[in-house]
Amino acid sequence: MTYATQESNAESTTPETPHGYEDLRRLISLMTGDEKHSSSATSTLDVLWVLYDRVLRIDPRRADDDDRDRFLLSKGHGPMAYYAVLAAKGFIDEGALRTWARYESTLGLHPDRNLVPGVEISSGSLGHGLPIAVGMALGLRARGKDGPRLFCLLGDAEFDEGSNGEAIVAAARFGLEALTAVIVDNQSSSLGWPGGIEQRFAVEGWAAVTVDGRDHGALEAVLTSPHPGVPLAVVAVVEPKE
Amino acid sequence: MSTDSMRDRFVSVVTELLDTEPRLAVVMADISVDRFRANGACARHPLRIVNVGIREGLMVDVAAGMALEGMRPIAHSFAPFLVERSFEQVKLGFSHQGVGGILVSIGASYDVAAYGRTHEAPGDVALMATLPGWRVHVPGHPDEVETFIREAARTDDAVYIRLSERKNAAAVAGADTGALVPRRRGAAGAPTVVAVGPMLDPVMEATASLDATVLYTATVRPFDREGLRALVTGTDVVLVEPYLEGTSAAEVSAALSDRPHRLLSIGVPRTEHRKYGSAAQHDAAHGLDAAGLRGRIAEWLGA
Repeated sequence: MTYATQESNAESTTPETPHGYEDLRRLISLMTGDEKHSSSATSTLDVLWVLYDRVLRIDPRRADDDDRDRFLLSKGHGPMAYYAVLAAKGFIDEGALRTWARYESTLGLHPDRNLVPGVEISSGSLGHGLPIAVGMALGLRARGKDGPRLFCLLGDAEFDEGSNGEAIVAAARFGLEALTAVIVDNQSSSLGWPGGIEQRFAVEGWAAVTVDGRDHGALEAVLTSPHPGVPLAVVAVVEPKE
Repeated sequence: MSTDSMRDRFVSVVTELLDTEPRLAVVMADISVDRFRANGACARHPLRIVNVGIREGLMVDVAAGMALEGMRPIAHSFAPFLVERSFEQVKLGFSHQGVGGILVSIGASYDVAAYGRTHEAPGDVALMATLPGWRVHVPGHPDEVETFIREAARTDDAVYIRLSERKNAAAVAGADTGALVPRRRGAAGAPTVVAVGPMLDPVMEATASLDATVLYTATVRPFDREGLRALVTGTDVVLVEPYLEGTSAAEVSAALSDRPHRLLSIGVPRTEHRKYGSAAQHDAAHGLDAAGLRGRIAEWLGA
C-alpha cells in the first residue's frame, strides 16, 4: 500500500495501514535526521513491525479498548523504531516525529504512556516492564478477561537486571498463558548469557524459542504459536550491536 | 478499647473488604500470607490475593500492573522491603505510570528492635515524601488503621499506610480527615506540640504539666498546613514524629513561613543505633519516651 493511497483514505473508517514497512526508515529519519541509524534504534524494528502489522489485536481509533492486546516496550531506550511503527499504524501523527526529544514534544528518548496514545507503559529504567506485565496479566485474570494478550519487549542487555528473574519465575508458576516476552538479542549484554537467554525461561517452565529477529515470517509464526497453560518467550536474534 | 494490633486490624478489614470490593487485591511477598490463609481469604479470593514469594520488587511492580488494569491493589510487607528496597518500583510503577495504589507497611522505625537494622525503616516516610501525590498515614490506633484502609479502598489515590506495634490507648476522633486535631489547649501564645501517630500518648504524658497546645495528626502528607496556621497561637512549635527526625519540618516551616517562629523537631536520629532489645529501649535511647520528651521539650522552652 502506498502512502498516496492512504492519504486519500484519510477520512475512511477502514482500519487500513497508513504506511508500510518500507516507510519505517523514512519515519525514523524524521527523528534522527539521517538515513543511517544506530543499532539501538533499529534492533527492534522488525519485531515491532511484525507485532503491530500481523500479531497485535489493536486499533488506533480505540487505543484504550479494554479488549485490546497490550504491548509493553520494557526496553525504553532507542524508541525511534517504536515511534515510527506507532506513526505508521496511525497511533501518532507523523508530524509529531519531527518534534522528537524537543521540550514540548510528546516523544521523548524514553516513551511516556501519559503522553502517547497506544503506549501501555512509561519505560526507560530497565527491568520494570516484565514485572509490570505479570501484574497486568494477573489483573486481567482477576477481572475475568481472558481475551487480551500481553507482549513485552526486552533487550538482552536489559535482561541483566535481576528483576526479570523474579518475573520469570512468577509468570511461570502462575501459568500466565496470556503473556509473551520478546527478547531482542543483539548480544549487547556486558557479561553475556552463556547457553543463551532462551534456556533461562525454559528452565522455569516457559515455552521458549529462539528465532531470527529479522525474519518476518518466522517471527509471526512463533509469536502466534499456541503455548497452552504457560507463558511464551521469544528470543529474537539480530546482528550484534556495533 | 481494642486489644488487637494494627496489623491484626489490617488483615481483618482487608479480608472483609475483599468480599465487598471486587477491584481490591492484595499482593504480598510471603510476609502476612499465613494470616490470609488462616482466615480463609486466600481460598475465597485466589485470584485477588497474590503471593509472589520473597520478591519485593516484583511485588510492587505486580501491584502497579494490576492498578494499570483497573484493580485496586494493596502491596504489603515490612517497611524496609516495601519502601526502601522497592523504591524505584514505587516511583516508576505507580507515580510515573500515573496510577495509584495502596502500600501498607509493618515494622515502623524499630518495632522489632531485636531484628536489628535490616528490619528498621526510620526513613520510610521521608522517602515516600519525595514522591508527588502520595497520601501518607501514620495511624496511632487500630481504629484509625481501619478508617484509612476503608477510605483508601474507595479511591484510586496513591496511599501509604505505616502500621506499628506501638499504639495510643484510644483512637482520636476527627483524625480520619487528615486535619490536625487539638488534644489539649494551652493559653494564647503557649507553645504548640504536634504529635504524629503513636507519639500522642507519650507526648500527652510528657507535656501534662506544661502550658502547651497539643495537636494530633495521623496524616503527614499532605500535611495540614492550614490547620497549623489556624491553631498555632505563639511562636514555639515542637514536632514529634516516630521516624526520622525533621521529616515534616519543611511542612511546618512552609505553613508558618510568613510568621516569626522557631521549631524543635524530635524524632529518630539519622545515626545507626547498633543495639537490639525492645522498641521501648530504643525509644528511651533516642529520648522518645515520655521522660525523654519532657526533658527535651522543657530544656528547649527554657521552662
